[in-house]
Amino acid sequence: MQFLFRYANPANFMRLSGAVLPFTAIGAALALATGLYLSFSVPPDYQQGATVKILFLHVPAATMAMGVYVAIAICSFLSLVWRHPLSDTAARAAAPLGAMFTVVGLITGALWGKPMWGTYWVWDGRLTSFLLLLFIYLGYMALWNAIEDEVRAARAAAILALVGAVNIPIIKFSVEWWNTLHQGETITTGKLASVYVAPLLTMMLGYALLFVTLWMMRIRTAILERRARNLMQGAAS
Amino acid sequence: MSPFVTLLTRDLRLAARSGGGAALALSFFALVATLVPLGVGADLKLLARVAGGILWVGAVLSALLSLDRLFQGDYEDGSLEIIALSPLALEAAALAKIAAHWLSTGLPLTLLSPLLALMFNLDPASTLTLFLSLLIGTPAVSAVGAIGASLTLSLKRGGLILPLIVLPLLAPAVIFGAGAVAQVQDGLAGGGGLGALGLLAAFSFAAVLLSPFAAAYSVRLNLDG
Amino acid sequence: MISSLTAEKLACTRGDRKLFDGLSFRVSAGQALAVEGANGAGKTSLLRMLAGFLAPAAGRIVLKSAQAEIHESEERGKAIGWLGHQDGLKPQLTVREQLDFFARLHGAPAEAGVLKQVGLERQAELPCRYLSAGQRRRLALARLLASDRPVWLLDEPFAALDASGQALVAQLMARHCGHGGIIIAATHEPLGLGNESLKL
Repeated sequence: MQFLFRYANPANFMRLSGAVLPFTAIGAALALATGLYLSFSVPPDYQQGATVKILFLHVPAATMAMGVYVAIAICSFLSLVWRHPLSDTAARAAAPLGAMFTVVGLITGALWGKPMWGTYWVWDGRLTSFLLLLFIYLGYMALWNAIEDEVRAARAAAILALVGAVNIPIIKFSVEWWNTLHQGETITTGKLASVYVAPLLTMMLGYALLFVTLWMMRIRTAILERRARNLMQGAAS
Repeated sequence: MSPFVTLLTRDLRLAARSGGGAALALSFFALVATLVPLGVGADLKLLARVAGGILWVGAVLSALLSLDRLFQGDYEDGSLEIIALSPLALEAAALAKIAAHWLSTGLPLTLLSPLLALMFNLDPASTLTLFLSLLIGTPAVSAVGAIGASLTLSLKRGGLILPLIVLPLLAPAVIFGAGAVAQVQDGLAGGGGLGALGLLAAFSFAAVLLSPFAAAYSVRLNLDG
Repeated sequence: MISSLTAEKLACTRGDRKLFDGLSFRVSAGQALAVEGANGAGKTSLLRMLAGFLAPAAGRIVLKSAQAEIHESEERGKAIGWLGHQDGLKPQLTVREQLDFFARLHGAPAEAGVLKQVGLERQAELPCRYLSAGQRRRLALARLLASDRPVWLLDEPFAALDASGQALVAQLMARHCGHGGIIIAATHEPLGLGNESLKL
């Protein structure tokens, strides 16, 4: 852990992230450009037609929506166990990004649903789970904003994030159970034809790099904001 | 009288003396049940079909009304510090408060539910399932709600943010509770209805078992100020 | 019985602000310590730290009893009688119910004479909402007596009390020390116990 903490110190983080940031940013741009190009160049699906291409935007977003929550939960755990302020900053910075991926997942899901189901919204198990996930993100961010004392807000948010981490699999299970009960429609993509694997993986990589880039930028901004505030407070007294 | 029972009875007494205890939650519950037919129409078939879900959602919302004060009052007037220094562990104190909240809201709501089910034209077997599901499931509402209440105890307007935090986490309770009723209505009572009630019981049990720890942890962090 | 309370090199930070650092003292059974200092110097924070609500940024707190040394804040809490800024009273409960609740929470029903000692026996059946500030403080003192703890942590014990109330506090404190108790009080006024004092 000591090794981790050395790099988790804000000054070191600023240095390290500053060096890495250009590469992740360029990487994200390249991967997304390539991914989009591949997405448009692959042949349409024999069942779904061109609609299948929405999945290249939808699936990575849905994966990231969950992945970002896992990242928040890990940061929260570190924050509660080791009281490390940078992990709080990281958790807080990740939340709006996770919410954004969730929204992208929901919108692309709805756009995919229109040609497939004939309606923008069906109470499909996965879409419903993601809608609930969005509310969990919103509650998490609202709690951060509501508590004025930063230390307290961080701890409360961390507890909520961990409670959510325990609960999300249960929610997912219950929604799937509910879906079979009410015989709703489900996104059944079946086995993805092999031509689609390359664009999907490239897009996945692009989304992940985009997240890492934006996440680091947000953490850096938060650190700089705190420094600026400390300087102004110092100047006042 | 043990410290646990002492805290439980005091919370019940406070609930009974301020705002009539369960009366507020019960009125709210009945009001929700009254507004729904006004909104969706008086078709008895339709009402029977949605009764399980509506009454479950109504019960959860009614139970949430008084949740924000679960720890807040004790936090604001300094009782919580005294409780924290007492021989009663904070985890046990949280459980006592969850129990008191359930006895003063969840249980009365459950007892009222058959009457409202009658107004929704729910058949006897489904009504019994609804009653049982609320009996099993409302402790989870108090328990998960207690986590939300402990996280927002220092907030002046915690009542606004509490539902946003708690409601998504309670989705499984609503799903299994209303699902049990739907299964009975669909004639899946044999294994299926019991299955939903079983899942609900598991969720409720886990919530009551785990949330005192989360709530106590959060209360401790809040005393740190 | 607690034989001493020792603080070793305590430090306290609130946010980015350092309130105190390297604070050490020791209070033995039968002694009192007055904590003095301007508002915001960290008097209440120190008491909250001693009670275990607040983790020290550095240093440690040790309670010594005849049998053992207590380091755990949770264990320490069981030796502490707390009189904070707030009295922990519910407007809906009567004086007797309120006292009974606190006493039973600590394991035993309140002794019959406690309300009389603090001069509230005539208010026993009065709901707390009708108590004056001074009477509320007296009820908090009754609660402190009923909890029967060896280490008293008192935050402004004389606040809101009239002359007779202040005399009562002084008398109770003297008796507590006389019985081998420990008192640490944040205060602007002298405790009058021949005690040492600590400037923050």
